[in-house]
Amino acid sequence: MLKKMAFSFPDEVLEHVFSFIQSDKDRNAVSMVCKSWYEIERWCRRKVFVGNCYAVSPRMVIRRFPEFRSIELKGKPHFADFNLVPDGWGGYVFPWIAEMAGAYPWLEEIRLKRMVVTDESLELIAKSFKNFKVLVLSSCEGFSTDGLAAIAASCKNLKELDLRDCEVDDLSAHWLSHFPETYTSLVSLNISCLGSDEASFSALERLVRRCTNLKTLRLNRAVPLDKIANILRHAPQLVEFGTGTYTADVRPDVYSDLAGVFSSCKELKSLSGFWDVIPDYLPAIYPVCSKLTSLNLSYATIQSPDLIKLVSHCPNLQRLLVLDYIEDSGLEVLASSCKDLQELRVFPSDPFGAEPNVSLTEQGLVAVSLGCPKLQSVLYFCRRMSNEALVTIARSRPNFTRFRLCIIEPKTADYLTLEPLDVGFGAIVQYCKDLRRLSLSGLLTDRVFEYIGTYAKKLEMLSVAFAGDSDLGLHHVLSGCESLRKLEIRDCPFGDKALLANAAKLETMRSLWMSSCAVSFAACKLLGQKMPRLNVEVIDERGPPDSRPENCPVDKLYIYRSIAGPRFDMPPFVWTMDEDSGLRLS
Amino acid sequence: MEGGLVLLGGGANGGGSGGSSGFSTNESAMSEASSYPAETELELGLGLSIGGPTGKINKASGRILTAKDFPVPRRASMNGGTPPSVTVSGTKRAADQSVSHDSGSPTATSQVVGWPPIRSYRMNSLVNNNQAKAPRAEEEHKGINEEEEEDKAIKDGSKLKKPNENLGHIGFIKVNMDGIRIGRKVNLNAHSSYHSLASALDNMFLRSAGAEKQQLTMPSKLLDGSSEFVLTYEDKEGDWMLVGDVPWMMFLTSVRRLRIMKTSEANGLAPRFHERNRTQRSKLI
Repeated sequence: MLKKMAFSFPDEVLEHVFSFIQSDKDRNAVSMVCKSWYEIERWCRRKVFVGNCYAVSPRMVIRRFPEFRSIELKGKPHFADFNLVPDGWGGYVFPWIAEMAGAYPWLEEIRLKRMVVTDESLELIAKSFKNFKVLVLSSCEGFSTDGLAAIAASCKNLKELDLRDCEVDDLSAHWLSHFPETYTSLVSLNISCLGSDEASFSALERLVRRCTNLKTLRLNRAVPLDKIANILRHAPQLVEFGTGTYTADVRPDVYSDLAGVFSSCKELKSLSGFWDVIPDYLPAIYPVCSKLTSLNLSYATIQSPDLIKLVSHCPNLQRLLVLDYIEDSGLEVLASSCKDLQELRVFPSDPFGAEPNVSLTEQGLVAVSLGCPKLQSVLYFCRRMSNEALVTIARSRPNFTRFRLCIIEPKTADYLTLEPLDVGFGAIVQYCKDLRRLSLSGLLTDRVFEYIGTYAKKLEMLSVAFAGDSDLGLHHVLSGCESLRKLEIRDCPFGDKALLANAAKLETMRSLWMSSCAVSFAACKLLGQKMPRLNVEVIDERGPPDSRPENCPVDKLYIYRSIAGPRFDMPPFVWTMDEDSGLRLS
Repeated sequence: MEGGLVLLGGGANGGGSGGSSGFSTNESAMSEASSYPAETELELGLGLSIGGPTGKINKASGRILTAKDFPVPRRASMNGGTPPSVTVSGTKRAADQSVSHDSGSPTATSQVVGWPPIRSYRMNSLVNNNQAKAPRAEEEHKGINEEEEEDKAIKDGSKLKKPNENLGHIGFIKVNMDGIRIGRKVNLNAHSSYHSLASALDNMFLRSAGAEKQQLTMPSKLLDGSSEFVLTYEDKEGDWMLVGDVPWMMFLTSVRRLRIMKTSEANGLAPRFHERNRTQRSKLI
């Protein structure tokens, strides 16, 4: 009794305190303190995050958290973005929606990444959740504009509809007109991935006009330049705007119209879109440039001089996505003009060309690393690199948290010394102590993995391709990287030894992907048998793995921890290794 | 590098292979996977931890593995020994390197699936960029800017890719087959002819295990109408056409998606199909 009085608060007080704790990690930590905190916490958790939809079942989530309002689910592994996961692998959201529809009529927010969403699922969402507010679909597929129409028609309180990089079946652009005339609550709309050749401009304009709280609007490619002025005119309060196509015959009236509306958008902080940019129309956005913090020009096929002019107008830029047309010279200007830059992504304009089509090298990245003291996240595609450059980058920018380098030709050595890039990447992990995400490329031996295992203690996600010499490489990573959650590997000579020796490590991670490596079917079976809390999936389009010798390497392997057991929605080319796998496959 | 590193393995230094390399499909990397006491290794992995390389207790792994546990890593070849890959769908390497491009400049990166790691969404947009420039050049009314751009292109020594050159990089498109719930995707980039596309689709849809497909016969002639199924595509205008009628390159520029249709349903399609039959029939008479 005494103990209880001395150490406990009434539940309501604890619940109130917990309500200030938003992050999942912290919430999970809170729930592990003691049984009563676990109980209190689970009743007041409002946001649930499930990093792998197969790690747990919908029923389990609902049982534990009876009152959540918001759920975030992720489905396919990251390499699905690059077509390495065959279609039909899984990641269906319908079972989740179906379970939640029954249990949770008050669900408000659904955020999905890399999942298969059908029109049926969207219709069920529209029907079941009366107070539905936020739908964010990121890299999802499987639905059409019919499903969107259902959402538009029924969700009276919808605030956010965000379709990022989704594959949508464009049956009709008229889905937009399904938003009733009385509907005004839209705050964020992102339809940039829709393709419709004809867009319902009048419906769009009316929607924008009546939703006075609209803060984010990202249009799709079908919206032509001359329509943008009309749309923007009705939404001067926008904070984030994505243009449609940014090309037209140059006409002074269109230009001045555009320049006029842009100058009236005093809150604009983020711009994107810019498909098919005609440089003559770029100065129209100069009035807003000084306030811009985020600029996505990664679809803008304009050359370095125009990019330089644009970028030098944006001193407050924090985030820039751009094509390699910017070249080293443009990046040097960026380094001197944008001292607040935190994130830079440079994409290749011609990834398959034999010869470089632009003058973008490691020098650009060095310039930005040297010049931008706040730079912490980089995704950089280039064709050559040197250890010297990487060491310079690491030394000058130890605050990197995300470093993703893609040297376009696999196994490219240091162009100055012809050596592997082990030392360069080693410097990155040694100096950047807070590095959470790393993608490697170029010629790399087992040594780089040794550096990673030794120094990258905060690393959570590692992407490896065409690297390493032997199992030792994989062993270094699995045994050394304490914070590792996601590891994805393709085309590396890693086999059974390191995997089996570090089997226990796999239960501390979210997932491991290995494709075109040297892991045998026998090892997969063994792992599946010995590790009941891991789902070991063999993905092989050549046919059943037991039709080949056991020591044959499997094509693709996806291992993830799960308390839901093996799944049953697998296509014919996926096999789960479990305790009975020996029996079932024979 | 400052700070000494404890090297765990034996001479695990890879050699430089100097610049870009091709891909070898050698077998030697494979043999490491074959014979060793798998069972014992795993037990060790699950055992109690003793200490990690830095002296701290490393909860995740078992004892420190030393050079004794790993054979001297074989440098399979100068190229690093990628394991051999047998692929069926989504061809790993281009079926034909000699793609009938209008350009003529060969691609350096052999068309490996998913490399470079660019999302298909962005990849298709790159393709659209280049394709969009091609038809624009054919328009009657050229805006002033187009002329300027072309001028620039010529002056800069074609810094901007000429419209024709990237037509081949169309990327992945969807394929659905009547009667099969799950659609697939095929990389048109990896094929240089209708024949190679058809056999890839054969492999993808008609040869894999599964109850649904057992009742199908083994049609390998999707193109000439001799099988139960016929290959059709939806073009940029939204019309469904029979695959095979137009030259391959023209097909690449207009195809949006594919459908393997039951021959019985294909009767409403492209009148040419009927015309061909009619003319053939009349020839026989």
